[in-house]
Amino acid sequence: MNSAALVRRDLRLAYRRRGELATPVVFFIIVTALFPLALGSEPQLLRRLAPGVIWVAALLASLIGQDSLFKNDYEDGSLEQMLLSPAALEWLTLLRVLTHWLVTGLPLVILSLLMGLLLNYPLDSLDVLAGSLLLGTPVLSFLGAVGAALTVSLRRSGMLLPILVLPLTVPVLIFGAAAAERAMQGEPVAAPLYFLAAMLVLAVTLAPFAIAGGLRVSLES
Amino acid sequence: MFVWFHKLASPPYFYRLAGRLAPWLAWASLIVILAGLYGGLWLAPPDYQQGDGFRIIYVHVPSAWMSLFIYVVMALAAAIGLIWRMKLAHAVSAAAAPLGAAFTFLALVTGSLWGKPMWGTYWVWDARLTSELVLLFLYFGYLALHRAFEDQRSGDRAGAILALVGIVNVPIIHYSVKWWNTLHQGPTVFFGARADIAPSMYIPLFIMIIGFMLYFAAFVLKRLQVEILSRERHTAWVQELAGKP
Repeated sequence: MNSAALVRRDLRLAYRRRGELATPVVFFIIVTALFPLALGSEPQLLRRLAPGVIWVAALLASLIGQDSLFKNDYEDGSLEQMLLSPAALEWLTLLRVLTHWLVTGLPLVILSLLMGLLLNYPLDSLDVLAGSLLLGTPVLSFLGAVGAALTVSLRRSGMLLPILVLPLTVPVLIFGAAAAERAMQGEPVAAPLYFLAAMLVLAVTLAPFAIAGGLRVSLES
Repeated sequence: MFVWFHKLASPPYFYRLAGRLAPWLAWASLIVILAGLYGGLWLAPPDYQQGDGFRIIYVHVPSAWMSLFIYVVMALAAAIGLIWRMKLAHAVSAAAAPLGAAFTFLALVTGSLWGKPMWGTYWVWDARLTSELVLLFLYFGYLALHRAFEDQRSGDRAGAILALVGIVNVPIIHYSVKWWNTLHQGPTVFFGARADIAPSMYIPLFIMIIGFMLYFAAFVLKRLQVEILSRERHTAWVQELAGKP
């Protein structure tokens, strides 16, 4: 399987399963909308909570789709073809995760602008909020993919995945929410954004090895 | 050297070696911990601010130290197991993980009990307590993944990969949480730097840390013996040991 063909196939499959891909997005909207219902609709309070609420909702939403990242390919044997292909499995998983982020992570980034408005987040800081998600959600995708690769051969992977992945996402959440929070307070945002960018670099360079290793273990069992 | 290394990796040899070493280590840890407790609870003077309340440090700091130390041991064993396909190394990870989780839990509980008189509340979202909490979750993740596989070898290798991902993340988590918030008193004992507490206070602390290490060594060997027996239960030497013809 060459790399362009893999990306094309993933995108086509994504397009044919639009409904399934919409789930994390809808989940993101619903979770965000639950907070005002639980905490009251006072604009000042919502503005205060907006960065954290949007980030936590995006974090949970990004986990939802991860379960199926390799599941179908594992079940129909395509994963073994990926393993056997002359291209490195690490490279193919990198492409797979990026394609998956494009169809599930990017919509969250765009929708966060709307959710920011709903939660009374200041308009002129929306770019930082979206920027922090733009840098952070790919990291979440990579971490989720590590968990997905390790659990793909297990029947109850859906329960296990969040336990494995959520502790690892703590730094992303901290810096992401901090960037959005600081932008709102008018403080400099370069530091948390640089940290997010550094974690993205680490994730892109290191995670594929862990993902590929996890897939090899899963395929052997 | 390599001959010895290979011999060490052989389960029957290691089983006997562990059986011989464990009691010595266990007794040594008991004596060292008692000495450390005597030093910490009787000899050390009360703190000028915290009074006798500070004495929980003699359990809290060694537990926190062990929680990180065991994670590193686990990750090293995991790497050895993955790279050289050494079965025994995976058994070490599996045997160490529950002990590590227990020490992390102990560090959290003692930290929280210490927090009540010092901060006036059982839980503060302070940087180091929070990273201990995340560490506990990492241990839970490892244990859950390791047990989810029916095939022992897959579970070992999947757990090993997770432990390695975790060890890369532990410093990142630690420093991000520190950046996020810190209320904790500055580190009392910092290796290499001058500790700003009196020798009569920190010497018992070091004795306690050594005692906890010995305790860990003794019990990880005991747990390893059990792991080895259960993993090798179909082999001739275990059957013979169990007295079956």
